[in-house]
Amino acid sequence: MQEFAQQLLNGLSWGSIYALIALGYTMVYGVLRFINFAHGDVYMVGAFLAYYIAHAVGAGSHPSVAAAALVLLGSMVGCAILGVIIERAAYRPLRRQPRLTVLITAIGVSLLLENAGQLVFGADPKFFPQFIPGRNLSVGGVVVTSHQIVILGVSLLLMAGLHTFVMKTKTGMALRAVSFHREAASLMGIPTDRIISITFAVGSALAAAAGVLVGLSNPKIDPLMGLLPGLKAFVAAVLGGIGNIPGAMIGGLILGVAEVLVSGYISSTLRDAIAFGILIVILLTRPTGLLGRGQVEKV
Amino acid sequence: MSGARRAWMAVERFATASLVGRLAALAVTIAVLVVLDRALSRLLNPYVFRILMLCGINIVLAVSLNLINGFTGQFSIGHAGFMAIGGYAAAAMTTYWGPAALKAFAAVGLAGGIGTSMLFVLALLFGGLLAAAAGLLVGIPSLRLRGDYLAIVTLGFGEIIRVVILNLDFLGGARGFPGIPRYTNFFWVAFSGVVVVLVVRNLVSSAYGLAFRMVRDDETAAAAMGVDTTRFKVMAFVIGAFFAGIAGALFGHYLIYLHTNSFTFMKSFEIVIMVVLGGMGSIIGSVIAAILLTILPELLRSVQQYRMVFYSALLIVLMLTRPQGLFGSGTPFGLGRLWSKRREVRRAA
Amino acid sequence: MRSRFPRLLALAAFWLLAAVGCQKTQDAVPVIKVGEFGSLTGSTATFGISTQRGIDMAVEDLNAAGGIRGRKVQMIVEDDQGKPEEAATVAQKLINQNGVVAMLGEVASSRSLAAAPICQGAGIPMITPASTNPKVTEVGDYIFRVCFIDPDQGRVVAQFAFNTVGARTAAILTDVKNDYSVGLASFFEERFVQLGGTIATKESYTEGDIDFKAQLTAIRAKKPDVLFIPGYYTEVGLIGRQAQELGLTAKLLGCDGWDSPKLLEIAQGSLEGFYFTNHYSVSDPNPAVRQFVERYRELYGETPDAMAVLGYDAANVLFDAMKRAPSLQGAAIRDAIAQTKDFPGVTGTITINERRDAEKPMVVLQVRGDSLVVVEKIAPA
Repeated sequence: MQEFAQQLLNGLSWGSIYALIALGYTMVYGVLRFINFAHGDVYMVGAFLAYYIAHAVGAGSHPSVAAAALVLLGSMVGCAILGVIIERAAYRPLRRQPRLTVLITAIGVSLLLENAGQLVFGADPKFFPQFIPGRNLSVGGVVVTSHQIVILGVSLLLMAGLHTFVMKTKTGMALRAVSFHREAASLMGIPTDRIISITFAVGSALAAAAGVLVGLSNPKIDPLMGLLPGLKAFVAAVLGGIGNIPGAMIGGLILGVAEVLVSGYISSTLRDAIAFGILIVILLTRPTGLLGRGQVEKV
Repeated sequence: MSGARRAWMAVERFATASLVGRLAALAVTIAVLVVLDRALSRLLNPYVFRILMLCGINIVLAVSLNLINGFTGQFSIGHAGFMAIGGYAAAAMTTYWGPAALKAFAAVGLAGGIGTSMLFVLALLFGGLLAAAAGLLVGIPSLRLRGDYLAIVTLGFGEIIRVVILNLDFLGGARGFPGIPRYTNFFWVAFSGVVVVLVVRNLVSSAYGLAFRMVRDDETAAAAMGVDTTRFKVMAFVIGAFFAGIAGALFGHYLIYLHTNSFTFMKSFEIVIMVVLGGMGSIIGSVIAAILLTILPELLRSVQQYRMVFYSALLIVLMLTRPQGLFGSGTPFGLGRLWSKRREVRRAA
Repeated sequence: MRSRFPRLLALAAFWLLAAVGCQKTQDAVPVIKVGEFGSLTGSTATFGISTQRGIDMAVEDLNAAGGIRGRKVQMIVEDDQGKPEEAATVAQKLINQNGVVAMLGEVASSRSLAAAPICQGAGIPMITPASTNPKVTEVGDYIFRVCFIDPDQGRVVAQFAFNTVGARTAAILTDVKNDYSVGLASFFEERFVQLGGTIATKESYTEGDIDFKAQLTAIRAKKPDVLFIPGYYTEVGLIGRQAQELGLTAKLLGCDGWDSPKLLEIAQGSLEGFYFTNHYSVSDPNPAVRQFVERYRELYGETPDAMAVLGYDAANVLFDAMKRAPSLQGAAIRDAIAQTKDFPGVTGTITINERRDAEKPMVVLQVRGDSLVVVEKIAPA
């Protein structure tokens, strides 16, 4: 029982990482309807930006709330700018092209970030500075770390913030309109290009936040760290219903728990296969995901 | 141009008009390839020869993927998975059953070169068929999935294949599969290349071809017109996977060692890039792109650390400036019409 | 114009092919060319780059001391991107295009196994710095190595666990996609069971993973005395941290893949008191070791890892053999390498045995604070 409780907790904390990455994924997909393959690599860049900022301000050796906030914000802003640049340079010119063309371009951007990352940051793994000191709590043999609580808390906070932004603000309303029908929104006077830029900025900032938090709790970062989490976060987004913000959160948590339970109780070699297994099952039985609404294909 | 073209058309007519013509064409092709096989392996620098062989294997991969991605408009990024199945299946066959099979062939008078050729053909077909069976398995979910969803499922499938192979001890698992006999030679690579080009070409220029393209251009309309879209999608996957399996078998018996690291999704991406560069739906485009993208990295060796950066930047620039690829969806062998300005703009409904 | 484009392209392709074929490499200066292939890009690039640094240092030393019979050595380095088929292609290129007389290459056994048949076929000797799969040198009489093989190291760790640590139950955590890890795990298990121990559980992870808590929780429930992690420091640092967070009581044991300054930096004290086998200790007072470590730090600003030092030794074993060989023909160099006896390498005294593997002492290191202390020395079997 104690083992099961621990595994469940491991799964939740691991899942909250997927959830964080999936939030950005689902936003971009909701508006543009394409998989931004480069999202996982923006997450990597976020972690590295934080690494360099933290070293510049000495946050690792002198942890303080101000330094931690500075690192987090700096990395989020940096990635927001990166996201906007990627959208402007690589995706916007292809707005009227078939989706597959955009998908291939996204793969290209992802490869570019990974390989340029290996050149710029170096191929060796880096130790991520611990600007929030970690503590362990043990409740009846079940261990919780302070980083796990921080991750879960921040992802819930970000999800709530994102939900408010999308549902309660004017920009959010415009965003929903663009996601619903881009041409119609444009006819209603919504500056669709600007809304899409904002979407990328917010989505990329969320990826950066994920990168920073993952770096804190699992302090080893390298230029290829975004590859697999990026793909699995997409699975999480699909599982929860793509384009749906609470769905991404729930999808991420379910995926994390599923992976942990499978590797803890069945076989750890199946861990990477389970995500894609879930994806295939969900797409075959309920392609709109758990919380997604059905869409009719219009001719 | 027109004289040569007319002569070619005459030859083509003879070669396709009757059974005799077809058999003659087959015999001539085989003879030419056998001579080339003997000549090239002796004349060329082994390194250049190796690149040539890799070009051939990549042509088989790119053309077969073009059937799925280019002609039928599905988006598979799991081609390396099919390749792995074919490679491992064929290698297991020649390694484990090979000696016994060769003895059996020798007993019925098929000793030496003929015996090994027979064994290798059987292994190629075995690898191809197993991959085709996997293609069927992936083709079925594709009935319900479109575009990027399918892309992710095929990608996931490719990864699952790797996990499965890693857990099979008789295939060497993580330690790799050494000691595969070296059966692949220029003849088999070139012959497979010719066969895949002819099969795909005949398929897409037949009535089936129209159906494939209808599925690509507008699936809903195709279904409304009475095209069994399911059947054609699955067919594209099965045939594409079959040839990917053959390519894998050729690859394994050339490298004489297999490891799952050869079949990561980077390999799948490379094949996708070949198809895209050549033009979705252009066979000659895939062939040329496969050759170009096999040679180009070799030429870029002097700047090796920047090679992949360059490669990915090239992909982005290509998509931005010429998303239809170098050859658009050029009609196979209609060389005059290759450079068409026709753009395939498929709007999301 | 319309129909000319494909022709032009075909022509271009032809010239590209021709260009590949005709890259003549003529040098007036009689340098000796030695080939090196490794993963300079891709997911294992960090190992390839370290190896290359070590080899570079050895070449620098050699050329500063006058080279081989007055001729300088030039390394020609090719990147195999971590792919077996690329390793085979670059080996072929180095031999047939560049005309190298010998080859140093590749950390991963999978890439060495793909390239070795080509070196063997061409009669070019190849020394791998760090491929531990016994099958690598079985390819033929031109293939050598300067590292341990999996059975030896697996056996030593098992004996250390059983005899010195006094463990009776062990768990194993393997990198399932890594040949080195899988190989070591199976030989450890074999020996540990033979000694009378039991394997409580076997779990696995994949290179690049960052979360190991599911496996570690499952291991924790079995309460093994020791946990053997045959893997690279890239993951082990995090595994150590998470094992400590979960309050795992088992002692962690490892192998030479752990050897890197990054290990302790990432693990942050969580590996305190644990053991791993290695070739040498960075803090060894032996002047040869001191000199290498200091110079490496000077050149690259960090402490060398196992790959760097093995690359250095592999290159030196090769250069030593080339100096002794009567000519620079492949067979002559091969025979000279095969006769290597008591070569004073940084990683210990190296003797090449009849299976073309290195016989050299092994040490067991214990993590104590920021340093690694030798607790046991094992003479070659």
